[in-house]
Amino acid sequence: MIEVQQITKRYGQHTALDRVSFSVAKGEVLAFLGPNGAGKTTTMRILTCFMPSTEGTAKVAGFDCADQPMEVKRRIGYLPETPPVYQELTVAEYLTFVGRLRGLSGKTLTSSMQREVERLGLGTVQQRLIGNLSRGFRQRVGLAQALLHDPPILILDEPTVGLDPKQIIEIRELIKNLAGSHSVILSTHILPEATAVCQRVVIISGGRIVAEDTPEQLSARLRQSEKISLTLKSPAADTNSRLKAVRGVQNVFSSGDSGTYLLECELGKDVREEVARLAVASGWGLLELKAISMTLEDVFLQLTRHEEALAPEAVVASVEPAG
Amino acid sequence: MTPVQAIIAKELRSYFVSPVVYAVGAVFLLVVGLLAYLYVVFAGAQAIQLMQVQGSAQLNLNDLVFRNLFASTRFILLIILPILTMRLFAEERKLRTFEFLLTSPIRINEIVIGKFMGVFLVFLGLLGLTSIMPLMLALFSDFDWYPILTGYLGLVLLGALFLSVGVLASALTENQIVAAFVSIGLLLVLWLLSGLGSLLGDTAVGQAVSYVSFMEHYDHLVRGLVDTKDLVYFFSAVVLMLFLAHRVVDSARWK
Repeated sequence: MIEVQQITKRYGQHTALDRVSFSVAKGEVLAFLGPNGAGKTTTMRILTCFMPSTEGTAKVAGFDCADQPMEVKRRIGYLPETPPVYQELTVAEYLTFVGRLRGLSGKTLTSSMQREVERLGLGTVQQRLIGNLSRGFRQRVGLAQALLHDPPILILDEPTVGLDPKQIIEIRELIKNLAGSHSVILSTHILPEATAVCQRVVIISGGRIVAEDTPEQLSARLRQSEKISLTLKSPAADTNSRLKAVRGVQNVFSSGDSGTYLLECELGKDVREEVARLAVASGWGLLELKAISMTLEDVFLQLTRHEEALAPEAVVASVEPAG
Repeated sequence: MTPVQAIIAKELRSYFVSPVVYAVGAVFLLVVGLLAYLYVVFAGAQAIQLMQVQGSAQLNLNDLVFRNLFASTRFILLIILPILTMRLFAEERKLRTFEFLLTSPIRINEIVIGKFMGVFLVFLGLLGLTSIMPLMLALFSDFDWYPILTGYLGLVLLGALFLSVGVLASALTENQIVAAFVSIGLLLVLWLLSGLGSLLGDTAVGQAVSYVSFMEHYDHLVRGLVDTKDLVYFFSAVVLMLFLAHRVVDSARWK
């Protein structure tokens, strides 16, 4: 449904997106993860035909965003970062306006409005001015707007921001239910959200895609080996080689003078006990010893902050330099 | 309902729930009404003088009241219409609904025309309310309706021009005050061009500069002269301003 090929977006000297390519199949839910300013919103703006890309092509439902924007716009429901609501209108007036803009009228408009009002729990606030609603309700009105014309493709920029935990779960359920019949791209900061609702995750950083896989695969790829972090107060010159000699340890990385070591061990082998014994026996001053487990959160941080990584060049290397 | 009609309906709704239209409308009607009253009283005083001197007086309300009133209304419109137009695009950009509009399946020219038509209808409504003045005067006196109708035609066209300049100014910025200021500035420059034109005299340049200003075109209509040349001026100026607004909105996407 969505085909993005080698998209580059430059603002003057600044490159916001650098040769980004990905695709979304029909019925798939794709999460966009990345720190602020990574290029998530820019990508979404290009897909919704708000702005053109500098290079590359983006196709939505077979239509090129640059050549046939009207066809693309008809098939997309878009929720920008800030819900695009008019404060001086009531919820019902606003949805009527949105429906008319998209060519709905008469009974179709009424039934679409009823469906979304029900689906998003807006029944009680229909006749209230949007300006008087809470952030959570505005967000839901924004979602209702995106869903109103029942588009095959949904692009949601941080759809659960500003909602309370109960509403977040409701919206996630809603997105899960949309999967299958709708293709969805959503961006998020919240990693469990990506794990909860998405089949595929694209991690984007500095305008480049640094990883793309299912949430499970992404963390599995980093768990090719067990990792242990070790902090010593007074390491000796031969610490490195003696640690490496411990059975099961494959690799040792030290981070210079801070006394922090990262041990890579065989899968399924816990060497912590032995390492502790060795450290104490050698009088290195054991300060900290812990196993590193890789959650999606770690993957995300490792991939998006590698320039200021503490020790784990190894971690980054094991994810293979994608993008 | 077409998308353009949807935009017009939405704009009208937005105008009437905000206090701006009521404030602007009240000031406009108050000032125009006050001016009309002053011109009528002034005309009455002149009539009394003439009666004392000549024993009889034939008052021409067209000259004494309406010509002056139309000339003054021009200035009031220059100040109040930018207040009406300033929010059109600036507010959308400030409140981030701009992105929503531009990702809706509606063309930019439809957005611009819809917004222009919306505010134009509000203006026509306000102008319609001023018709109470000639109607009331008609009860007590006799005057020629023709120049009044052409004067109103002039006001409608002049208002359309002012509003289109306002739409353009509003598209330029996300700050409403700046938008109002820019359109008042542009309109003042257009106004003063006529002065520059008469300074340059009856040369080709002088005539061209005078033509660009709305002053002589409006004056013709107020005097009861309906000339195609003047109508063409207003239509082409409005179309040009709306076209520029279209370009500005389109280019705002690239930033």
